[in-house]
Amino acid sequence: MRVLLRNPRREIEVAGSCPVHALLSRLELNRESHLVIRNGTLVPGDAQLLEGDIVEIRPVISGGA
Amino acid sequence: MVAAASKCRTCRGPAIIDLPRHNANFCAEHFIEMCRRQVVKAIAQFAMLGPDDRVLVAVSGGKDSLAVWDMLIDLGYQADGLYVGLGIGDYSETSGGYARRFAIERGLRLLEVDLRDDYGFDVPTAAAASRRAPCSSCGLTKRHLFDKAAVDGGYTVLVTGHNLDDEAAVLFGNTLRWDVEYLARQLPVLEARHGFPKKVKPLVRLTERETAAWCIVRGIDYLVDECPMASGNRHLSYKEVLNTIEASSPGSKASFYLNFVDNMAPLLVGKSLSDGLQLSGCSNCGAPTTGSVCSFCHLVETASSHVPVPVELLAKKGRGSR
Ligand code: SF4
Ligand SMILES: [Zn+2]
Ligand SMILES: [Zn+2]
Repeated sequence: MRVLLRNPRREIEVAGSCPVHALLSRLELNRESHLVIRNGTLVPGDAQLLEGDIVEIRPVISGGA
Repeated sequence: MVAAASKCRTCRGPAIIDLPRHNANFCAEHFIEMCRRQVVKAIAQFAMLGPDDRVLVAVSGGKDSLAVWDMLIDLGYQADGLYVGLGIGDYSETSGGYARRFAIERGLRLLEVDLRDDYGFDVPTAAAASRRAPCSSCGLTKRHLFDKAAVDGGYTVLVTGHNLDDEAAVLFGNTLRWDVEYLARQLPVLEARHGFPKKVKPLVRLTERETAAWCIVRGIDYLVDECPMASGNRHLSYKEVLNTIEASSPGSKASFYLNFVDNMAPLLVGKSLSDGLQLSGCSNCGAPTTGSVCSFCHLVETASSHVPVPVELLAKKGRGSR
């Protein structure tokens, strides 16, 4: 699957299929600070990501005063 | 295609989001309903808004300000937006675009102030000229311009998009220092006083993850990229700490902040020194201030005579502030 990461914007290729929460822990990302969008739709932590999916991992934390 | 296993708490349909702090999953429709309920509850609990209020929303083009504007309109309030062009390079160009598109698509009124055009400086230059951290001059500038626009425009309430994570992070910082002055003023509502407008934060019962999800589900296009001057900002590291705790103990952020508001804030009433301060009008702009000239007018004077500083020069240093 193709995985888009933000801040900075970059793309990585992840082989095989796995649940959303497994992908987040593999990338050492906290699930509380990210949302996962698969093929344009939000998916919960136990959704299965498949080979060929386009996945965006969107950070939701913003800084500033 | 493998369907998601988790089901919506309300309708048992396929869920789009898991919310460990509610120990529940929701489909799009019932997630939106849950968010609306939280906002309605915050507005009622803290007497934030009434049906006749004229509301001004501070809009940045990011998820929180667009979400709160969208929710208020959705709930039937009359709310205009105000966007301040901070002159932070491409970041400001892009964020302004998101704010304008949102307003145009929905037929809403967006007021605009541009620091460079209207006051002759921008945030990177202000930071360099005043030797303050970027977020500190930026915060001062935004507060001044939002207050001014609200008062000048005859708005009865100024709304900001601060969410539960923002408030919990600020509370964490204030608590680490036992800063009673700031703790005593850290409320979801500040009543109008001394020529300042009433200020309210309707999103305090929603996390950042929830406001971002609101935008995605509602089809709101917002600026995802981070402000280049935010890195190194202390709030960001507090948020990380709190999210680490939240991950192992869901609901911690909400109880930390909301129980502070319920249990601690009442004990701090009257403990803020600024309550007793005598404020007069700034001799230059008329804004309420303790001195003769307000800190924004000081900043304008220092920064507008300084050679413009490109954002890249400061962003690399990565220093933020509270
Ligand atoms: S991160 Fe700091 S400099 Fe950037 S917009 Fe927010 S307050 Fe201003
Ligand atoms: Zn449902
Ligand atoms: Zn002034």
